[in-house]
Amino acid sequence: MPEENAIKVTVKLFASFRRDRFREALQSRPQGTRIADVVSDLGIEPTDVGMIFVRGLHAQPEQMLRDGDTLALFPRLGGG
Amino acid sequence: MADGDMPRKFLLSQSRNGLLAWSSQVRMAEVFGWSLADVEAEALAAGLLPARYARNRSTFSIDDQLRFCRARVGVIGCGGIGGHVVEGLARLGVGTIVAIDPDCFDESNLNRQLFATIAMLGKEKVEAAGQRVSAVNPAINVVPCRQRLTRENGATLLEGCAVAVDALDSIAARMELADVCDTLGIPMVHGAIAGWYGQVSVRFPGEATLDHLYGRGDGAGEQTRLGNPSFTPMAAAACEIAEVCKILTGQGRPLRERVLMLDLHEATFDEIGFSSEES
Repeated sequence: MPEENAIKVTVKLFASFRRDRFREALQSRPQGTRIADVVSDLGIEPTDVGMIFVRGLHAQPEQMLRDGDTLALFPRLGGG
Repeated sequence: MADGDMPRKFLLSQSRNGLLAWSSQVRMAEVFGWSLADVEAEALAAGLLPARYARNRSTFSIDDQLRFCRARVGVIGCGGIGGHVVEGLARLGVGTIVAIDPDCFDESNLNRQLFATIAMLGKEKVEAAGQRVSAVNPAINVVPCRQRLTRENGATLLEGCAVAVDALDSIAARMELADVCDTLGIPMVHGAIAGWYGQVSVRFPGEATLDHLYGRGDGAGEQTRLGNPSFTPMAAAACEIAEVCKILTGQGRPLRERVLMLDLHEATFDEIGFSSEES
């Protein structure tokens, strides 16, 4: 992907999302990447995602990411 | 001396170093025809600490202990998290525990649920909770409710509760509990687990905490894949009990507008702050 069209995004994963993935990674992504695209590329089912933060604020899956964003993804934990 | 002074005189005569032995509590109940719960409350009101709480003394004042004694707390779900929560609240001295769960024990509960024993297989979880608490402290009143809490029955089941403890095993049921807590205007201590992982938060009435935590996904939750081992419910329950203590006594800093993410696999506890308003 051409440099000028790429953005850098820090992706932080929590709880079970870390298994066989990572805790934190700096990723290069094309301009126009949405949160849902990152989720999909990570092999995470959209229905398994609970809390989503971008720059510390709640975000929705269709939100577009910007250069320098930190995205945090949390799974839905429902057991008791 | 008026007759009304007799119990207090008796209590003071029985106490040693500000502590009241269990045998004295029992004797007092027999002599005056009181319930053990009444004796515990009267002792605390007189500034005496039942000796069973001696190790609470540096952490909680007599006034705190009296607040516990007079409190009614709802525990919704008496399985993995809930069993430990009921036990913890009882040993803490919470006077009335409303234990709500529609289920009976089966074999798959034996790996983690505190009240699950071979003898209790097939028996009601709320009945087991009552038996256990009465073996630890008969002065604690467990109100067993063998039913599923719903938006319809919730306000009745939790009437008079100062706080509701979420020990449920379904996300949809938690949403119902949150609505009931709004109706009653009481805080909800939330805890949930899956595998090595857990989360704990405190939701005050009207706050969007659970909507944030569970987002728009409609998956049943990671526990359906990961199951629940013995230690994760203990950890989540411990954090939830501490939050109940803080709500009842006003001590410390509640987990409000924050969630504590427990990752026992990586051995990290992450505190995530968020606004509880609708996004």
